[in-house]
Amino acid sequence: MAEQVPLVDYLVLGDAPHLLAHECAQCGARYFDHRNACARCFGAEFRDVPVAGEGEVQSFTIVSFAAPGVAVPFAAAVVDCDGTWVKGNIINTPSDPDHVRLGMKVRLATYVVGTDSSGTEAVGFGFEPA
Amino acid sequence: MADDVWILGITMTKFGKYPDRDIVDLAAEAARGAIADAGVGMSDIGVLAAGNYMGGDGLLGPGRLGQALQKQIGQTGVPVYNVMNACATGATALRTVLMAIKAGETDIGLAVGAEKLSGAGLLGSGGAGKADGAEFTPTGRVGQVAPLDGRIGTETMPGVFAQVGMEYTHRYGKGDFELFARISEKNHAHSTLNPLAAYTKRLTLDQIMNDVMVAYPNTRPMCSANCDGASAAVLVSGERLKRMDPDQRRRAVKISASVLTSDPWTETCQVLPDINTLTRNAAEQAYTLAGVAPEDLDLVELHDCFATAELVHYDNLMLCEPGGAVDLFESGATWRDGRLPVNVSGGLQSKGHPIAATGIANVWEVCHHLRGEAGDRQIEGARVGLAHVIGLGSACGVHILERAA
Repeated sequence: MAEQVPLVDYLVLGDAPHLLAHECAQCGARYFDHRNACARCFGAEFRDVPVAGEGEVQSFTIVSFAAPGVAVPFAAAVVDCDGTWVKGNIINTPSDPDHVRLGMKVRLATYVVGTDSSGTEAVGFGFEPA
Repeated sequence: MADDVWILGITMTKFGKYPDRDIVDLAAEAARGAIADAGVGMSDIGVLAAGNYMGGDGLLGPGRLGQALQKQIGQTGVPVYNVMNACATGATALRTVLMAIKAGETDIGLAVGAEKLSGAGLLGSGGAGKADGAEFTPTGRVGQVAPLDGRIGTETMPGVFAQVGMEYTHRYGKGDFELFARISEKNHAHSTLNPLAAYTKRLTLDQIMNDVMVAYPNTRPMCSANCDGASAAVLVSGERLKRMDPDQRRRAVKISASVLTSDPWTETCQVLPDINTLTRNAAEQAYTLAGVAPEDLDLVELHDCFATAELVHYDNLMLCEPGGAVDLFESGATWRDGRLPVNVSGGLQSKGHPIAATGIANVWEVCHHLRGEAGDRQIEGARVGLAHVIGLGSACGVHILERAA
């Protein structure tokens, strides 16, 4: 099997793929990107915490026009994973309003995004109907 | 320090396509128009704030408009502030001049916003999303090894604002694709009375819903129209205005509130930009400053960059009870013959959205009605109006304007 790397550093691969959030040690605010300090309380210490892999769609759009090279259509969504909101695409179901709905239950799923010149695979994530 | 600041002169170019004119040409037309409308001269202008977002022809780059404009209309040596604040750029330029007057640095100042955006396509798109190629190397604040647009959500504006509107409908359990399309139907209908709008064609609900889908539920006519244009305003202190001619005083419009906010931290803002909280904060501050309540407003020009955005701003600007935006629209209140007309200019969807020109153009529309000069689309007896813009990132400008007594 080819070597794999995550598409983003907050995706943890392995037997039980999951997302990690950087949680402010002072106030508990969660971020997926690296922050210099907490935007809420200005604290500068963070700890990594796992994010629930199941959630509910809070909002979505189905993008039909995108930049060249971006495959369309795709369903971009916001998923509430046990109180932590996560941005991700709805995958493994048709990208249309009959299959992607507000309030639908979804779970994290991973897929291979591409392969680089040394044969390493990049693995991304999305959410599929639960 | 000046207690109050007024709009003495204000104008906008027709929005549309100007292949033969550069940004400075458009800015010059608006600036000279505003100065003439104010009844003053270039030598009276003590400060200039110039807004431009994209740069482009006629400029050496973004943030170069002010001095380039002076070369064409008058190099007087006054301080120039080149401002850029996403889609709130024009409102920021206006507010920069207002602050200079309030600080007592000058009595009269000029704010200009100009943009050429025809054919600009999708805004916010990160570009091609190729994953294959050289060895994967994590970069940036999420250690990404490939472009994320289309892989982890969308970066394009129609999709971002679609999610903003859909989140509202989910939160309150009301509203759908058709509702958003009907908001667009209203604004396109309004634009038929606006000779300065980029598009003035009335569209049926069917035409809107069956047009090209850009990012569900926003079809093409439900997205702001990329176009060229400029707008400008001359501001004056209340003290100086008192010494001016009766006709200038009669046509002057009072800036009862000028507020600029940025987006404060909220629980979910890192995932979906929160354009609600900063707009509500700006509106609350503006109503307090002006001593005006939402029900006192005779018209509102709000930032309908997409049909999905207009809905949430009914709520954010407190034009309805929290959660009541769908009911407000369905009551017919926001049509031009309704209780609280919204976007009688045609809005960004039909009048057009040349980014840096939009903030002052929205103020111009309100002033036009308060002065009783709006012709066929005049809202009769308009005394108080509100102009709102938002720039994603985010910046929100709210101005409350009142007719001279």
